[in-house]
Amino acid sequence: MSLDTTTLLAILAMAVVTYLTRIAGLFVADRLVLTGRAKAAFDAIPPAVLVAVIAPTALTTGWAEALAAAITAVAAFRLPLLGTVAVGVASVVLLRGIL
Amino acid sequence: MDRANPFVSTYRREIRDGLRDIAPVAVAAIPIGLLFGAVAVAKGMSPLEVTLMSALVFAGGAQFAAIETWVHPAPIAALAFATLLINARHVLMGASLTPKVRLSRAQTLLAYFFLTDEAWALSERRALERPVTGAYWAAMAAVLWANWTLAGTFGAILGSFLGDPERIGADFAFTALFIGLVAGFGRSRVTLVTVAVSAAVAALVHRFIGAPWHVASGALAGIAAAYCAAPKEVRS
Repeated sequence: MSLDTTTLLAILAMAVVTYLTRIAGLFVADRLVLTGRAKAAFDAIPPAVLVAVIAPTALTTGWAEALAAAITAVAAFRLPLLGTVAVGVASVVLLRGIL
Repeated sequence: MDRANPFVSTYRREIRDGLRDIAPVAVAAIPIGLLFGAVAVAKGMSPLEVTLMSALVFAGGAQFAAIETWVHPAPIAALAFATLLINARHVLMGASLTPKVRLSRAQTLLAYFFLTDEAWALSERRALERPVTGAYWAAMAAVLWANWTLAGTFGAILGSFLGDPERIGADFAFTALFIGLVAGFGRSRVTLVTVAVSAAVAALVHRFIGAPWHVASGALAGIAAAYCAAPKEVRS
């Protein structure tokens, strides 16, 4: 069992930041009401981050990955989460074999 | 509290309800946790590091994002910033839930370490009928936290034996998982604009500037696009 110092610091930094976001609402409970564009921007944070994380793998790695990402996106609107993952993994393996 | 009995029975009922509500969520989280551990090990983390991250961060989205962009040595500031962006939603969740939770401020500070999308959603639903008690929250928190930490650890141990993740497509598992999560935000015009702008900017930045900057720049561009694409609010 190894524990890298930099990795530990990164984990602790992530943990502290996450905890602060969790308790911050406690202090703004009666003041934070977002509407209109501000709310739209705030609601857009999770999908924007998720997409930014995977964009290089999905779009610029190769044709197999790009096609598999497209297939996965179609499956995502029809299947539960794990089914979507299964379709994605199976299609990337298959396409890497073909292309 | 004039008699001990009604208190105990209420307490038990609250715990039982918490366990009942969280059970399906916990079951669904097991394979996701296993996947997290396995991919994290494939990316070079040790099982101990996986356990620590799951136990201390306890936030799937942020953990997935960290592992997907994992390099060694870990870019601490970039990881912290990506974590802040992904978990900023907790602020709204906590703000909304706080008036409905029957806990002191000190108890809430402890309880909110375990704030997750799932526990929040279930509590908001329960709050429509009755206040959310500490017993109800604690039952959900304990199960979900232990479940997530154990699943990640088992995944990490199993992942050590899996070998090359590319051969079985495991390196693509998170990409597929994220696509599934993004689909959960629906197909409204604002969401589609957000996704398109974020993807384009992230891919370009990754190609011409490099990791890990594509996460923050893509995300911020997507958020700005959502702001512009949304209808103007009616000023009151």
